Amino acid sequence: MPTVSSRGDAMRGLAVFISDIRNCKSKEAESKRINKELANIRSKFKGDKTLDGYSKKKYVCKLLFIFLLGHDIDFGHMEAVNLLSSNKYTEKQIGYLFISVLVSSNSDLMKLIIQNIKNDISSPKPVHVNLALHCIANIGSVEMSEAFGQEVPKLLVSAHASASVKQSAALCLLRLIRTLPEAMTYAEWASRVIHLLNDQHMWLTAATSLIHTLSQLSPGDYKGCVSLAVSRLSRIVTSTYTDLQDYTYYFVPAPWLSVKLLRLLQCYPVPEEPAVRGRLVECLETILNKCQEPPKSKKVQHSNSKNAVLFEAINLIIHIDSEPNLLVRACNQLGQFLQHRETNLRYLALESMCLLAGSEFSADAVKKHRETVINALKTERDVSVRQRAVDLLYAMCDKTNSEEIVAEMLAYLKKADYAIREEMVLKVAILSEKYASDYTWYVDTILKLIRVAGDYVSEEVWHRVIQIVINRDDAQGYAAKTVFENLQAPACHENMVKVGGYILGEFGNLIAGDERSSPLVQFNLLHSKFHLCTPSTRALLLSTYIKFINLFPEIKPTIQNVLQNNNQLRNADVELQQRALEYSQLSSITSQDVLATVLEEMPPFPERESSILAKLKKKKPASVQVSLVGCFMCKDHATMSVLLNHIPVWVSLTPYLSPTFASVQVRYHSPILAPSLLLQLYHRPFPTMSLVFTYFDCAFNLFMFKNSGVLFENALIQVGVKCEFKEQYGRVGLFFGNKTGNQLQNFAAAVSLGPEHQGKINVATQKEPPSQIDGGAQVQHFINLECISMFSGSPNLQLRYQHSSAPQQVTLKLPVIINKFMEGVDMNSGDFFSRWKQLGQPTQETQKIFQARHPIDTEAARTKLTGFGMCALTNVDPNPENLVGSGIIKTKTSQIGCLLRLEPNKQAKMYRLTVRSSVGEAAALICSMLEEHF
Amino acid sequence: SCINMIRFILIQNRAGKTRLAKWYMQFDDDEKQKLIEEVHAVVTVRDAKHTNFVEFRNFKIVYRRYAGLYFCICVDVTDNNLAYLEAIHNFVEVLNEYFHNVCELDLVFNFYKVYTVVDEMFLAGEIRETSQTKVIQQLLMLQNLE
Repeated sequence: MPTVSSRGDAMRGLAVFISDIRNCKSKEAESKRINKELANIRSKFKGDKTLDGYSKKKYVCKLLFIFLLGHDIDFGHMEAVNLLSSNKYTEKQIGYLFISVLVSSNSDLMKLIIQNIKNDISSPKPVHVNLALHCIANIGSVEMSEAFGQEVPKLLVSAHASASVKQSAALCLLRLIRTLPEAMTYAEWASRVIHLLNDQHMWLTAATSLIHTLSQLSPGDYKGCVSLAVSRLSRIVTSTYTDLQDYTYYFVPAPWLSVKLLRLLQCYPVPEEPAVRGRLVECLETILNKCQEPPKSKKVQHSNSKNAVLFEAINLIIHIDSEPNLLVRACNQLGQFLQHRETNLRYLALESMCLLAGSEFSADAVKKHRETVINALKTERDVSVRQRAVDLLYAMCDKTNSEEIVAEMLAYLKKADYAIREEMVLKVAILSEKYASDYTWYVDTILKLIRVAGDYVSEEVWHRVIQIVINRDDAQGYAAKTVFENLQAPACHENMVKVGGYILGEFGNLIAGDERSSPLVQFNLLHSKFHLCTPSTRALLLSTYIKFINLFPEIKPTIQNVLQNNNQLRNADVELQQRALEYSQLSSITSQDVLATVLEEMPPFPERESSILAKLKKKKPASVQVSLVGCFMCKDHATMSVLLNHIPVWVSLTPYLSPTFASVQVRYHSPILAPSLLLQLYHRPFPTMSLVFTYFDCAFNLFMFKNSGVLFENALIQVGVKCEFKEQYGRVGLFFGNKTGNQLQNFAAAVSLGPEHQGKINVATQKEPPSQIDGGAQVQHFINLECISMFSGSPNLQLRYQHSSAPQQVTLKLPVIINKFMEGVDMNSGDFFSRWKQLGQPTQETQKIFQARHPIDTEAARTKLTGFGMCALTNVDPNPENLVGSGIIKTKTSQIGCLLRLEPNKQAKMYRLTVRSSVGEAAALICSMLEEHF
Repeated sequence: SCINMIRFILIQNRAGKTRLAKWYMQFDDDEKQKLIEEVHAVVTVRDAKHTNFVEFRNFKIVYRRYAGLYFCICVDVTDNNLAYLEAIHNFVEVLNEYFHNVCELDLVFNFYKVYTVVDEMFLAGEIRETSQTKVIQQLLMLQNLE
C-alpha cells in the first residue's frame, strides 16, 4: 500500500477496503466483498443516529469508490448532503465530490443542495466558497443557473475576493451561461468583466475564457476587450521568461494565457484604431521572430508551448487576412515544420497551411510546398498525417496543378487506408469536376476512380457524373464510348455497371453506328452483368432496357423476351417484378409516339451545388475550402438548392396509361427527397403540372404541430427554432449555426411583417443578433411576439449574410401561426353540444369533405389535434370514431372560441371536417389549415 | 454549438482500467462507458511515431502516455492541440510533486484527492490555473485543513 496512511487526513478504513478489493482474485470475490461493505454501510447509516462526521465522510467516500468501480449506488445521498453543512473542509469536500459525481441534476435533493451551496458561497472562508463554486461548475444545471446567475458575477468583480475565488467564479459563470444564456445580464457586467484583463495578478486564463464566451454571445457589449487583450498580450510577448515567474513554463511566458488571448481576438474583426492595430501586428511579428531564435531548452515542453502560441498567432493572422507580410512569413515558418522530425509539428503545419491556402495573399506561398506535401502522402507513417496531406493538396489545387495533384491522389488511393478512401474519392471527384478543362479528362478520371476504388464511390459521386454528362452535350458521345470500353473489362465494379447502364440508356445511340458497339452488342454487354448485380442495379438496368426499346426499336423483341422472362416477372423482389411487368406492358400496348414521349432523353438537371461537395461538407465541415465559384455545373447557387440532393429519377408507369399521364408514378430512393424529385420530374416532360410545394414548405407545415426543430438548412447555415407560447404572447428562440469553417459576416436576421400582418402581430427583439458567426459556431437570437388580433399565414424571417464575401439571402417563414395562440378547453358532452348549437349560423361554420391523406387512425388524429392546440375531447361524440375538439384563440383584443368535429368514413377513405367558431374567418382558416393533415 | 471546451478528461491504463474520468458535458452512464472503451481502443494502438492527436467522433483526443497510463483530453477539432498537450504535462508534473513521484496506485488510493487536483487546474471544461507553484501551494494549504 502506498504511503497514504502517513497523511493526516487519511481514512484508514477506506485504504483497507481498497486494498481488499484489489486483492480479490475474481469478479465474484469482488462482488462479495462489495456487498458485505454495502450491508455494513447501510446498517451504520440506519442504525446509529449519532454517526460522527469522520465516519460519515469515510462511508460516503467508500460508496463513491464502489460507484466508480461500476456498481449502482442507491443510498447515501442524504448523508452526502448532510456533509455539506459540516464546518470541516475535508467533510464538505467529500460531500461535494459525491454530489458532483453521483447526483443527477433532477434529483429531489437539489433544493437542499442549492441551499447548502448558498450558505457556502457567502461564507467568509475562501475554501468553502470555492467548493461551492466548483460544485456549481461541475453540475451546472438550469436550476443552478437560475439560482446563481446573478450572484456569481458579484464574486467575480468583488474587491475582496481572492484570485483563487475569482478564477473559480469566472469559470463557474461560464458554465452557467452555457447552460442558460439568459442567466446573466450581459451589458450590466461588461465593463467590469473586461477590465479584469488589466488585473495585475496573472490568474487571467480563466477570465479570458469567460470573456471569450461572453464576446461570442454578446459581441457588442464586450468589444472593449479587444484593446485590453492586445495590451495584455503585448506585455506577455515582450517580457523575458524571468518576468512572469510562476507563469513561465519551460522558459515560455504564460503560454496558455497567450493562446487564450489570441483566440479571444479571433472573435472580432481586426481593430480599427491604428495604435491598437499596430500593437497587435507587432505582437504577431514578435511571436514569429521568437520562433527563429535558438531554443532556450532542448525539452519538448519548451518547443511545444512556444509553438502552441505560434499556431494560435497564425490562426489570428489568417483571421485578420489583410497583412500579406505576416501571412507569407507564417507560411514560410510552417514550411520549415513540414520537414521537422517531430510528427506533431508536421501534422499541425499541414493542418494550418490548409487554412493559409485559402487566403489570396498566401495561396501562392503554400503552393511552393507541393512536392513536400506529395512526399508526405507517400512516406508518413501516421494515417492522420497523410490525411492532412490530402486535405492540403485538395486546398492548394488550382488549374495549373490539378492534373498532377489528381494523378497523385489517384495513385495514393490504391494503397490508402480504408478509413480515408471514401473522403479521398469525394475530393478527387470534386477537383476533377472543378478544374476540368475538357470533359474527356473529367470522364476518364471518374471512371478510373470507380475502377480503383469502386467500393468507396458513393451514390453522390456516380450520380454527379451522370448529371454532368446529361447537362453537357459535348461530353455525351465520349462518355458513352468510354463507359462501353470500361464495361468490357472481365470484372468491373457494380458502380461502373450503374454508370454504364444509365449513360448507355440515354446516349447509347451516339455510338451505335460502330458495329463493335451496335445496339445488340451494347445490350448483350450490359445484360451479361445483370445476374451478378444487386437488385437496385438490376432495377436500374431494367430501366435502361426500356430506354433501349425506344432508342433501338430493332432489338425490341430481344428486350421484351428478357422483360417477360419468368426470372423477372416472378422475381422475389417486388420492385424488379413490377418494373419488368410495367415496362413490358408499356412496350407492348402504347404507340411509338407515347413511348417516345415517356422515354425521352432526360432533361438537363437544374444547376445546383454539387451533391458531392455537400456530402464532403457534411463529413468535414471545417476543412472544405474549395469555393464553388468556377465549378462548371454551378454558377450561382440559390441558397435553397443545396439541400435538394439529386437522385436519378426513374419513371415507371402504371399499365393502363392514360394519355394525360395523370397516373404517373414516381420511384424514388428516399421518401424525404420526394418534393425535389417531383420538381425534377415535372421540370420538362409534363409541363402542365405545376409545382406546389418545396421541401421547406413541407418541413414548415410540421411546425403547425410542434414548437422546435430545424427550420432551414443549407450548406452554409442551419437555423434551429424553439418557441414557447402562452396566451397571446410568444417567444421564439432562433439558433443560427455556421456550418462552414469560415466566418459568416454582416449577418442580420429580421422579422418582416407583410401588410396582412401589420397591426395584428407585434414583434420585439431584445437585441440584435451578432453581426458575425464564426466558423462552426452557433449563435442565438430571441424574438418576443404578441398577437393583437387574428391573422393568417405567418411572418417572414429574412436572413442576410456574407460567406467568402458573397452576399446570401434567405427568406423563411417563422413558425408563428395562429394556432400557436390557441389553448385547449376541456368540456363535457352537454357543454360541447350546447355551444355547438349556439354557433349555428351559416357564417360561423366551415365544412370540408376530403380524401384521407394518411391511414385513418383515431389515435394519430387525436395526437395531431392536441399538437395543433386543441383539447381532444373524449366521451363527447356518440360515435367513438369521430374526433371532437375545442380551443380558444387568445389575442390581445379578443378571445375566439373554436369547436371542431372530424368524422371519418373508413370505406371511402374520406373525412368530413366541420369547424365552428364565434368568428367565421377563424373557422375557415382552421379548416383550411387542417384539411391537408389527416 | 459555438463552444470550444474540454469535453472530458480520462486517465486510463493500458488494460483499459479508468483511473480518472472527469466529464464536462452531460452523458448518460452507458454513453460514458462507450466513450471510455472507444478512447482506449483509439489511443492504445498508436505508437511513439504517431502524433499525440487523434480524431474522435466529432472531436479530437489530445493524449500523452506516461509509463502505463494514458492521459487523454477530448476537445473540439478547432482547438489548440499543443496547448492541451502541455496542459496534460503540466497536470502530470503537479501530480508528481503532490504525490512525491506519482504512480498508478496513488491515483487508485487517493482518487478523491485527484479530483481536487483536477478542479484546481481545470474547471467547467476550461483551463483554470496554470502555475504549478500556485496549484501546489493551494493543495498543501487544503491538505492541512481539517
